[in-house]
Amino acid sequence: MRKYELMFIVRPDTSEEDLDKLVAQMEGVVSGAGGKVEKTDKMGRRRLAYRVQGFQDGHYVLFTLEGSGDTVKELERRLRVTDTVIKFLAVRIDEEQKRIDKVKELRAKREARKPRPKPVQPAPFAAPSTAESSPAPKEQ
Amino acid sequence: MAERTERKEGGRPPAHGGRRGGPHPGGPRRQFYRRRKVCKFCSEKIDVIDYKDLKLIGQFVSERGKILPRRLTGTCSHHQHVLNTAIKRARNIAFLPFAAG
Repeated sequence: MRKYELMFIVRPDTSEEDLDKLVAQMEGVVSGAGGKVEKTDKMGRRRLAYRVQGFQDGHYVLFTLEGSGDTVKELERRLRVTDTVIKFLAVRIDEEQKRIDKVKELRAKREARKPRPKPVQPAPFAAPSTAESSPAPKEQ
Repeated sequence: MAERTERKEGGRPPAHGGRRGGPHPGGPRRQFYRRRKVCKFCSEKIDVIDYKDLKLIGQFVSERGKILPRRLTGTCSHHQHVLNTAIKRARNIAFLPFAAG
């Protein structure tokens, strides 16, 4: 199972009820295609950075879902067919999360090692002496 | 910072007129010292660069909506790469403009 984050924008002229209906419908699509919606976040109405199909703003909805590639494929197909949805973006997040956990773990390990501070390496005294002796033969 | 300044002034005069060979070799090379740019994501230990985090991403986009180059922001290679992906995603979902103005 993979984790995805799917965001879509609904036309600004849809009513709150229609929006709820649409979200419920899309959640149904996910569960129908062998997936599971973990979180639904209606981010509300906000301004778009550029015009999309003539609209200046839209309702943003964010799904966090678990499922296979086919689940997302089906959901994307449905979103594309639905006229009230003007834009969507699906991003896979589980691998990124795995990487972040790894980094955090590494950092925690490093933090744990810190408390016993090791002094900086002693200055190598042998190195300068060889450097000084080497030019001497040249002068002779 | 101050330590660096002192070392530069106290050091031996450059025989070849500075690193970049400016118009005044040996003269006042740099009147002001630029703050050393460091990668924001490395220094603040920001692990995730989320495309939804407009506050963060917005700092790395010019007024015209262009992605700022590393030489201006000081971002390291790895984080610039991740940042680029995030900015492009944000553009796709109309959080950021492709081109503005």
